[in-house]
Amino acid sequence: MKAHKNSKRTLIASLVIGAVACCGSAAFGQSMSDVQKVAKARGLSTADLMAAAKTFTPSGQKDEYIMFSSGGHSGQVFVIGVPSMRMLRSIAVFTPEPWQGWGYGVGEEILAEGYVDGKENLWGDTHHPALSETAGDYDGEWLFINDKINARIAVIDLRDFETKQIIKNPLTVSDHGGTFVTPNTEYVIEGGQYAVPWGFEYAPISEYKEKYKGSVTFWKFDRKKGRVDKTRSFAMELPPYWQDLSDAGKLVSDGFLFMNSINTELAVGGIQDKKPPFEAGVSKNATDYLHIIDWKKAERVFKAGKVEMIEDFPVITLATAIEEDLLHLTPEPRSPHGVDVAPKGDFIVISGKLDPHTTIYSFEKIKRAIASRDYSSHDEFGVPVLNFDSVVEAQVEVGLGPLHTQFGPDGYAYTSLFLDSAVARWTLGGSYGKGTPEPDWTLVHKTPVHYNVGHIGVAEGDTVSPDGKYLIAFNKWSVDRFFPPGPLLPQNFQLIDITESGTKMPVIYDMPIGVGEPHYAQIIKADKLNPWTVYPEIGWDPHTQSLDPQAPKAKMERVERKGDTVEVYMTAIRSHFNPEHITVKQGDKVVWRITNIERSIDATHGFAVPQYNINLSLEPGETAKVEFIADMPGTFPFYCSEFCSALHLEMVGYFMVEPK
Amino acid sequence: MAGSLLDRIIGPRVRSDDLAKGGLRYGVPSFLLLVARILILVSLFLPYWHMDLVAPQYPDNLHLTAFVNHLTGDVAEIDGLNHYIGMRSLEEAARIERRIGVYLLIALVVMLELASWIHSRWAVLLVLPAALFPATFLLDLHLWMSHFGQNLDPDAPLSSAIDPFVPPILGSGMVGQFETIASAGAGLILATIASVVMIAALFFHRRAYMPLVKAARQAEAA
Repeated sequence: MKAHKNSKRTLIASLVIGAVACCGSAAFGQSMSDVQKVAKARGLSTADLMAAAKTFTPSGQKDEYIMFSSGGHSGQVFVIGVPSMRMLRSIAVFTPEPWQGWGYGVGEEILAEGYVDGKENLWGDTHHPALSETAGDYDGEWLFINDKINARIAVIDLRDFETKQIIKNPLTVSDHGGTFVTPNTEYVIEGGQYAVPWGFEYAPISEYKEKYKGSVTFWKFDRKKGRVDKTRSFAMELPPYWQDLSDAGKLVSDGFLFMNSINTELAVGGIQDKKPPFEAGVSKNATDYLHIIDWKKAERVFKAGKVEMIEDFPVITLATAIEEDLLHLTPEPRSPHGVDVAPKGDFIVISGKLDPHTTIYSFEKIKRAIASRDYSSHDEFGVPVLNFDSVVEAQVEVGLGPLHTQFGPDGYAYTSLFLDSAVARWTLGGSYGKGTPEPDWTLVHKTPVHYNVGHIGVAEGDTVSPDGKYLIAFNKWSVDRFFPPGPLLPQNFQLIDITESGTKMPVIYDMPIGVGEPHYAQIIKADKLNPWTVYPEIGWDPHTQSLDPQAPKAKMERVERKGDTVEVYMTAIRSHFNPEHITVKQGDKVVWRITNIERSIDATHGFAVPQYNINLSLEPGETAKVEFIADMPGTFPFYCSEFCSALHLEMVGYFMVEPK
Repeated sequence: MAGSLLDRIIGPRVRSDDLAKGGLRYGVPSFLLLVARILILVSLFLPYWHMDLVAPQYPDNLHLTAFVNHLTGDVAEIDGLNHYIGMRSLEEAARIERRIGVYLLIALVVMLELASWIHSRWAVLLVLPAALFPATFLLDLHLWMSHFGQNLDPDAPLSSAIDPFVPPILGSGMVGQFETIASAGAGLILATIASVVMIAALFFHRRAYMPLVKAARQAEAA
């Protein structure tokens, strides 16, 4: 059996090599035997050559898919091409990033939106990117991402891949159940994680049950303005279980939201006092609670004004949520991580890290149980708990440490197995069953990954129409996969080919990520994205996405003094700034406006001022404004910090600050 | 006397019974001049000249397209590059020509219209300017190119790196790392066809009206 499989693989590989060799020989006079020689010298098997043929992307050829990956502690988003696994760029979000000028002249006011009481807070722990959706499918217009450490979300415009808004959640201080969007991006969902008192005010942990709160926030997205509209957003109080990941229902389950929780024990830790540590206390019960939230009904309750203003933000209290039938619980395998809604919206797949099964709930059954008040109990806060046996559809034993599930187009589901360090392929049942040769609700295959996989991403694998083709395992550890660059090792993104059914799911590429620990990523068909390559007009302000009437223009460059304020109107074009001499007096306020008046793709100019912590990235057409006090006297050559042209070094000017 | 000079310029009229008999003979030159007029009018809306600039960092090349009255394409980018070698901006070239181009061509069309009413050799004078227009266009273009290419600002960043040059107005040449490829646009091709049509029209014009002119002269002499 094994030999047979191998020979088939060899045959396919030979065909591929043959095809490659044919093209190659036409172009370079190379032959099949040259390919074999290189393969032999480098110790490559036919499977390796096959993997190379599936992923190698010649210069100039573009990727079929684009992946938006959380950047973990980098506080950024990474943009990566699939299947080449080439990193295209990072998008600065919660963290200053000098290449993009983010926090070094531009973006300060957006970064400041994420501060509390003006307290600087300049890093984020980005976790879950969410592409905007129309009818449950990615539309390629917007991207959202959460910052788990501070409970913030950000809005990124996919016309220019730049962050436009950061919102700090006024109620809580950590989030994990976000960002996820409802099927038409009506709301961006942010579920809190570690319970804290409202507004994360002080309360002793002995008052945990009374004072500490769980929550989910529904941020209303205004597509026209490209901003979350805080005035039309609301939150719902939840029991102080640590709410975890969430997913919005779609199609048949549109209007509902599903959310996991991990501390239904209400453990408060205390290892220093010989009390059970969190890791034990939080995992004590055999089950935790899946939260089932009727968000469309909750929206009506919010609009009817049945809310309490807490921290100046409308909150549907737990009592109202229970009274209005907005919230139901049902048991789920303990310490769950992912809750993932199947493409048709009919099944909800949950994996408990400490249970080798993945548990599948039927939305139809949930609806029926809610209607017939089929409760097994109420939790200690009075929330009705649906009878587990009435709502569960199936359980599939997939392996140890199941975390997250994604879907293929054909009825396969894929679940990451943290402890097994593998990705499981298994079959869905119901109307999906016909798509796969194997029986329903069965484990089909496990592909080992390296190592400790967290999330996985399948091409459009969490939408109403998954594409399949590629699965990427976002591995937390790489151990021996790469040269160790010191004791801090990169994460490992492993690309898996899932085009064939059954047991064929080979790993075909390893991509090290050495800039932070990514969590989730979404993979969108590249042709759904339509980014600008230059800003639409000269003098474009990316913050407002419109022409800035104040933008410096060619032939209108000048320096104006108004009292103690010096206003500079400067243009940048290959290879000079105009004006080139700026003289001010120590203590002057400098308002420096600068426009890149280029119209050519990639003709980006930087603008860097020494000792003043200023560096801008000015893409063609972009205008920016930097304001600062010229408090340090001296002579400062400012220059273009992007190698723009043959006379790049000459693209310089002098900023002279006369001492008082 | 004045009346007789005007008569001579306008040439002999065709008698209506002759017109009925030899309609084609008299119709052909008028028809050809009509075709030429249409071709020229259509050419107003089409590009007269293209230049492609080929260099490694511009995989889609840079393009310049000249119409009778305006320039399109990567004008800003080409100006940006030209500033390095001290070439004046394209906007400054052929300003008058671009301003009057459309009116000039309309005037030429009106002259062609008049020419079809004139049955003497004077018609040549009305047709010739239009027939020479394509050549004039190219000559003018060449003069501007050489004027710009040979009068580079000595204070420009790369003035010492490049010798004065004249890129060919048709065909290819090299400027720095750029290969220039210039070609006629559809408008210029139509105008050139119109010129050929006009010359044919003059030939048929002569064949139709020469006998009448001669007959008139003989009558006068008699």
